Amino acid sequence: MELAVEAQTTLGALELGVALRVAPGECLALAGPSGAGKSSVLRIVAGLLTPREGSVRCADETWLDTERRVNLAPDLRRCGYVFQEYALFAHLSAWQNVAFGMRRDVPRNRRRGRALALLERFGMSALCDARPRTLSGGERQRVALARALARAPRALLLDEPLSALDARTRASAARELQTILAEVGVPALLVTHDFLEAAALGHRVGVLDGGRVVQEGRPADLAMRPASPFVADFTGASVLTGTARHHDGGLTRVALDGGGEVASTDAVQGDVAASIFPWEVIIEPAGSEARTSAGNHVRATVVSITEIGERVRLGLATPQPLAAEVTRDSVTALRLTAGSRVTATFKVSATRLTPR
Amino acid sequence: MLPIVAIFLESSPSELVSSLGEPVVQEALWLSLKTTAIALALILLAGTPAAYFLATRRFRGRAVVITLVELPLVLPPAVAGIGLLAAIGPAGILAPIGVSFSLSTAAVVIALTFVASPFYVRQALASFGAVDGTVVDAARTLGASEAEAFARVVIPTAMPGLVAGTALALGRALGEFGATLMFAGSFVGVTQTVPLAIYNRFSVQFADALALSVVLVVVSAAILLSVKFVRGGEALGGVGGARG
Repeated sequence: MELAVEAQTTLGALELGVALRVAPGECLALAGPSGAGKSSVLRIVAGLLTPREGSVRCADETWLDTERRVNLAPDLRRCGYVFQEYALFAHLSAWQNVAFGMRRDVPRNRRRGRALALLERFGMSALCDARPRTLSGGERQRVALARALARAPRALLLDEPLSALDARTRASAARELQTILAEVGVPALLVTHDFLEAAALGHRVGVLDGGRVVQEGRPADLAMRPASPFVADFTGASVLTGTARHHDGGLTRVALDGGGEVASTDAVQGDVAASIFPWEVIIEPAGSEARTSAGNHVRATVVSITEIGERVRLGLATPQPLAAEVTRDSVTALRLTAGSRVTATFKVSATRLTPR
Repeated sequence: MLPIVAIFLESSPSELVSSLGEPVVQEALWLSLKTTAIALALILLAGTPAAYFLATRRFRGRAVVITLVELPLVLPPAVAGIGLLAAIGPAGILAPIGVSFSLSTAAVVIALTFVASPFYVRQALASFGAVDGTVVDAARTLGASEAEAFARVVIPTAMPGLVAGTALALGRALGEFGATLMFAGSFVGVTQTVPLAIYNRFSVQFADALALSVVLVVVSAAILLSVKFVRGGEALGGVGGARG
């Protein structure tokens, strides 16, 4: 019941080349910047785009095999596809949207009942007669999900399922989606430009950049051991470039471009990128290096102060940009303003090195 | 406003009824109804797929094709009539291979179709062009073939525009005068449609011309109102939304 995709194709200036496997009940999240070819992968699986070379297999069915000239039409592949802006049919009510795909499998007089049962599962049965135009973003998303599930799909394809929602709805929608994916138990392929969304929904995350999967693994592994500066940057870490000088006593010392030095437990030589997560960084008054010697101390100037709820994100210049997340209280205690000179401290073991 | 009001003020109800009973008038009305209905059917049958093709495919020379399709919109009717004569008239380009029409009811239908079709095709092209492609993709992934997706999603989504285009083409076909006169002539019961009958009767029996005019005014007003009704329905909640 596995979904296996291999595809090679040219999309404008982009050369897309991917090979993916998704187990039943598993959600693989493809994350990457816009223009990385994420949606094209979904379109290839659904049959809306035919790659130059490749194959798509789902369970025991072959949907595409360019070598054997097999290419099933989209309507013959049982994919539940949730489109980015949901692509609901504006001329149909919520239940009619859900019932759209039942034409072949469900007798006419039972379609409404089946659609209502699906909408009920999403807490949407009260709005079954509403037109998509009158629904909120979260409600549209649920109708789109119910519609995708109505045909008992063999695979689920989700294109940025949460990005059209406002921040408040997103968290609850993510939980709901997790539950549904576990319940349905078919392979799910999700694409998103947001690493946090990928980490929240994907059992595994593949980072797609320039048409290739540059790293694939569990979300925590990607954040902890990014294979490239791009992945580190994408997972939200700050990336400082430099040259690894030497490796002694289990520590690699890196001379940062533009000044400063950091140490890491990772053994990498030559040109490297050091990545640090904002929440690993502690801010202390300038010149306090001596007190906490066990760690990396980098002199920095505060460039920006942005409040995110109770947390505050500091933009620092080391001179390379470094982000730090601190509490509102420490901003007050340290009397931080733009231009304040501080020392950024972070653990040697929290400094990940990747070759450049 | 005055000319329209005057048509009603000039005709007394009794005169109207007696004029509408005249065989000449009745034949003109029947002919107009028949030819317009056939022309409209031809326009819808051929124009709908053509407009969808032009709206969804990109090919070299597309802009030229669209311009040619729209040309009859601005063409003087007399020129349209001459063009039809030159192409498929008794001495036209296609006459040697047996394709020639004139002075027949079929010729009226051809003239109406030629002149009125751009009004429909232009509207249909714009409406199809405005249908979101991912909605069609969604229909395909939900088990609809290409034809089913067209019938169940594209047509309903584009419907207000298609109705408006149909009404405009209907109005243009009903009022067609110049091209019909040039290409098909004006023979009672064969090619003399209502506008031609009005021209033919106004010097002979002004009351008949007035009665026919009253009919055309009423029909035109009904067409205009139906378009406004459909457009209003669109604004009030038929179609649109669901994007963004």
